[in-house]
Amino acid sequence: MASYNTSDFRKGLKVQIDGEPYLMVEMNFVKPGKGNAFYKCRLKNLIRGNVLDRTYKGGDALDAADVEEINTQYLYRQGETFVFMENSTYEQYELSAEQVDDCWKYLKDGMPCQIMLFNEVPVTITPPNQVELKVEYCEPAAKGNTATNVTKPVKVETGAEFQCPAFIDIGNVVKIDTRSGEYVERVKS
Amino acid sequence: MPGSDNFRPAATWERLQLRAALLRRVREFFQERDFLEVETPLLSADIVIDRHLEPLRTTLYDDPLRPDDGRHLWLQTSPEFAMKRLLAAGGQALYQITRAFRATENGPLHNPEFTLVEWYRVGDSMQQGMILLSELVDVLLQTGSAERISYAEAFEKFVGLDPHRSSLDQLKNSATKHHIQLPAVLHSDRDAWLQRLLTELVEPQLGKSGATILFDYPATQAALARIRSGDVPVAERFELYVNGIELANGYHELTDPQELLEREKRAQQQRIDEGKFPLPSNHRLLAAMQNGLPACTGVALGFDRVVMLACGAKHIEEVLAFPIDRA
Repeated sequence: MASYNTSDFRKGLKVQIDGEPYLMVEMNFVKPGKGNAFYKCRLKNLIRGNVLDRTYKGGDALDAADVEEINTQYLYRQGETFVFMENSTYEQYELSAEQVDDCWKYLKDGMPCQIMLFNEVPVTITPPNQVELKVEYCEPAAKGNTATNVTKPVKVETGAEFQCPAFIDIGNVVKIDTRSGEYVERVKS
Repeated sequence: MPGSDNFRPAATWERLQLRAALLRRVREFFQERDFLEVETPLLSADIVIDRHLEPLRTTLYDDPLRPDDGRHLWLQTSPEFAMKRLLAAGGQALYQITRAFRATENGPLHNPEFTLVEWYRVGDSMQQGMILLSELVDVLLQTGSAERISYAEAFEKFVGLDPHRSSLDQLKNSATKHHIQLPAVLHSDRDAWLQRLLTELVEPQLGKSGATILFDYPATQAALARIRSGDVPVAERFELYVNGIELANGYHELTDPQELLEREKRAQQQRIDEGKFPLPSNHRLLAAMQNGLPACTGVALGFDRVVMLACGAKHIEEVLAFPIDRA
């Protein structure tokens, strides 16, 4: 397996620690005048998102993580399995509900999604930053209330609920930001 | 490496002009004080034996068909040995502006090839050495008279422990409390813990308004400084900081050749224990010291960092025409 020596350490490197892929988000070389050289790294777990701080000494090495991003579209869900298809090869990839995590809320048939492969196995998906979803059910729209700070729960076509302004009605299409899970705007139909 | 634009200098012309102006000021400073500017070889058979300095090696070959066969020479990690040989041969007040090379040192404050200003004056005590250093840095960076704090006082103040008497466990606990890590193989290394605490908790507090000189280092971190006996023996070594950045390192110099041999033996053994290649143990500084090195104080100043502070650069690349990635 390829590995990176401390002299290769830099921001953006993808490495493996305890069998999981990490992205080096910060790297700082520190060396007191007459002392040991240290490499202070901040590493982000590419599957779970948590951040680790690690200090290495010169000559230490980390295994490279075989990480690849592929472009796919969402096909369908079968029980606890979500099925995606790579756009260029038509190869199908399956992810578990646990791997898809909260992203199920945004998944519509045919939606483009990036899938991260770790050792050629899919581990996470990234939906587009913003998605448009049709409202299936909500309390009737409050007439004349155009304020966006008064919200109510709205159920969309994926089965998920989002907090949306009171003026939203059944049949509307809303734009949701997938990074925050927040309502952005009503899409004119 | 980003491709086609790599021929361009990393520093702006404005910063290259600033470099030149600061170099002129360094020369004026030493001329006014009757220091002699000297030049010594970058390429030498002798090399400073230090646990933490990694010199670059090259080959002086005779046969151009076999460039790997020949005598090994080293690129200096500092001009220390050569300068002291000049002092042993009668030099009184010497300085030079030179390049030094250290493999493995590359980061925001390090380039493997860098510029050192190094000077020595016979008869200077550590106090006098600190005053001269403070004056030079004031001339270059308008820092005023440097504040001075001993290594022990600084640890007391910013870490809350006695660096000379604390046990290994006390150092470890203090580091752990501040989320400071040390690679496992160094966990029984007292000096490594002290260095981590210094880097994380002490250094950022030094030179916040002007310059700060830290002095009286642990005897185990003496390098080539003389050790002053006392209640706790300390190394007569000092470092100057501005904005938390270490700019200079000075010693009231070790003059005892026997002690030099012992320290080098220890450093060599540590290198071997760590799996590093040993460095040649025969060198001419020993002969010079046996002949008699007069008592003196010497300082090395990282010139690139001075330029960084003078213009507010965040990375050493910003003050170099061609940093290592473009060299």
